[in-house]
Amino acid sequence: MKRSLNPRLVKIVWPLLLLVAAILFPLVFPNPALDNIAVLTLMYAAMATAWNIFSGYTGYNSLGHSTFFGFGAYVIALISVDKGLEGGFSLFLLVPVAGVVAALAAIPIGWITLRTRGHAFVVITLITVFIFQLLAFNLRGFTNGSIGLFLPAPGFGVDWFLLPYYYIQLAILVLALLTSLYIRSSRYGLWLLAIRDDEDRAEGLGVRTGTSKLIAFVISAFFVGMVGAMYAYFIGSIYPQYVFDPALTITIVLMAFLGGVGTLAGPILGAIILETAQQYFSIYAPTGLYQIFLGALFLIVILLMPQGIVPSLARLWTAWRVRRGAGGTPVAPERQPVAVEKG
Amino acid sequence: MPFNVNPAELFGAVLDGILTGTVYALMATGLSLIFGVLDIIDVAQAGYVILAAYLSFVLQGVLHIDLFLGLLITMPLLFLVGLAVELAFIRPLKRERTQLSILVTFGIGLVIEGVLGMAFGTTEQGLQAWYVTHGFQIGNAYVPYMYVFAFILAVVLIAALFVLLYRTKFGRSVRALMQNRTAAQLIGINVERVSAITFAIGVALTAAGGMAYGATTPFNNNSWYDLITRLFAIIILGGLGSVQGALIGAIIMLVCSDVTAVVWSPVWSSAVFFLALVLLLLFRPQGLFGRVATRKQ
Repeated sequence: MKRSLNPRLVKIVWPLLLLVAAILFPLVFPNPALDNIAVLTLMYAAMATAWNIFSGYTGYNSLGHSTFFGFGAYVIALISVDKGLEGGFSLFLLVPVAGVVAALAAIPIGWITLRTRGHAFVVITLITVFIFQLLAFNLRGFTNGSIGLFLPAPGFGVDWFLLPYYYIQLAILVLALLTSLYIRSSRYGLWLLAIRDDEDRAEGLGVRTGTSKLIAFVISAFFVGMVGAMYAYFIGSIYPQYVFDPALTITIVLMAFLGGVGTLAGPILGAIILETAQQYFSIYAPTGLYQIFLGALFLIVILLMPQGIVPSLARLWTAWRVRRGAGGTPVAPERQPVAVEKG
Repeated sequence: MPFNVNPAELFGAVLDGILTGTVYALMATGLSLIFGVLDIIDVAQAGYVILAAYLSFVLQGVLHIDLFLGLLITMPLLFLVGLAVELAFIRPLKRERTQLSILVTFGIGLVIEGVLGMAFGTTEQGLQAWYVTHGFQIGNAYVPYMYVFAFILAVVLIAALFVLLYRTKFGRSVRALMQNRTAAQLIGINVERVSAITFAIGVALTAAGGMAYGATTPFNNNSWYDLITRLFAIIILGGLGSVQGALIGAIIMLVCSDVTAVVWSPVWSSAVFFLALVLLLLFRPQGLFGRVATRKQ
């Protein structure tokens, strides 16, 4: 008699179990220091997932996603300061607004930057972050420049003030994941993967590459913009150099690569590992040790398992099951060839 | 907004831009050369620059060696660093080389940043010498001797690089690799060896660049983020993989920034250049001297 479970059932049960664990986490561990890290981890996980929707699927590595983070942060800050809004739950209503503004901003930015390919795209997206950082510094009448902007205090109770951020951020992450999953399994997702594998050939076969890339870019920006707004409200103050921060995008990219680009679980795993490490080192380690750790981690991961942790472990797991004769699918090729549908 | 164009100030800005632009050109040519030959984006290039600046700082502070004489030590040293990095970290990258190279070299840059941070802290340093603090007057413009010396050094090194590329057998191999790696291999060029040496030369050039950078700009272990963005902007403007492009791109960038600083305001100097770059890419995505991207074989 076979003891192995129905694989399709497993595929549904595991994520649900993880979701329940994530929902229960702050209730089981009501430690504010720990939950603070958990909120930040969820933010990074959502951004890494959003980055993956565009860059992981199309193969265009964007280093410019901090631009949309900054847009989200400035939208919620400017509206709440301008209208003199009070804190509390109603301010969370501005989070989707910030996402929409970031997505709208992504249309012209994407239209310009996506004219370039490969290396030039990487660099030009990085440069957009600097352009907007400089604008945020210099348009003082509008953004208050380097003095920054201060958001209203949330006014939540002392013993539960982290919970609203935690659950709303978790909801954003789940939404990003579902979007990613939906795209991945749709025909549109196949178009994106075809662009990643061979853009010219995909175009020759009838994929509307320009529009497909731009839509993925805008979707990705929408989620990052929402996280930017969440972050601004969570931290309470924003400054140009911290929200239009090139290092922020690089961190997201590293998280996605660490876990596994193009996978669903990879960016989340990467976010959990890196954000925890970052917090630990910033508290306990002397200057510079974190950079050495991070750099060394990347060299090791890329040289030993260039696909990232999740795909490498999945291969090891399948190989192990095959060796034990427990059946299961044969070892998958590292990057499956993607067929473009007709039509 | 106050657009006050004073011809003397303008002249000073252009002169300043050309002198410092040549130093940036030195760093950018190494980057462009590495890109052209190895097909990798070396994010750590700015990390080597800062490393070299600190090496010059130590040689001067501890052994009292003049900054320019110190290059005789730092350049071979960084050549060896480049060789080691290529052998250990770049060569093992076989598939998706370009994409993974960004992360690997970023990791190297982080390690350099971390080591320098542990060794020297994050206080800003500057290289000092009589030619840094003294200068002369041209018209209304004051030019420290360092700018002129660094300019001469950069011109000499770039000229040497061009002689190496266009007048030697090794240079022919390098150019063959830049045109077509597979074909170069087929006609019997030792691709791995040429790649390693080119990478090491590109890194060795940063030793001179780092010394000049350290003597003209305050730096600490975080300075490489800002610097690498500028270097990338330069080689994108000039066209990826084009050595001449890097040279001209650097001078355009620095002149543009310096002129903006005097006719408008220093806070807008880099923004104007970046915007100009983005606009240029709208019409010429391959940069000024870049070849149109072709499909990989």
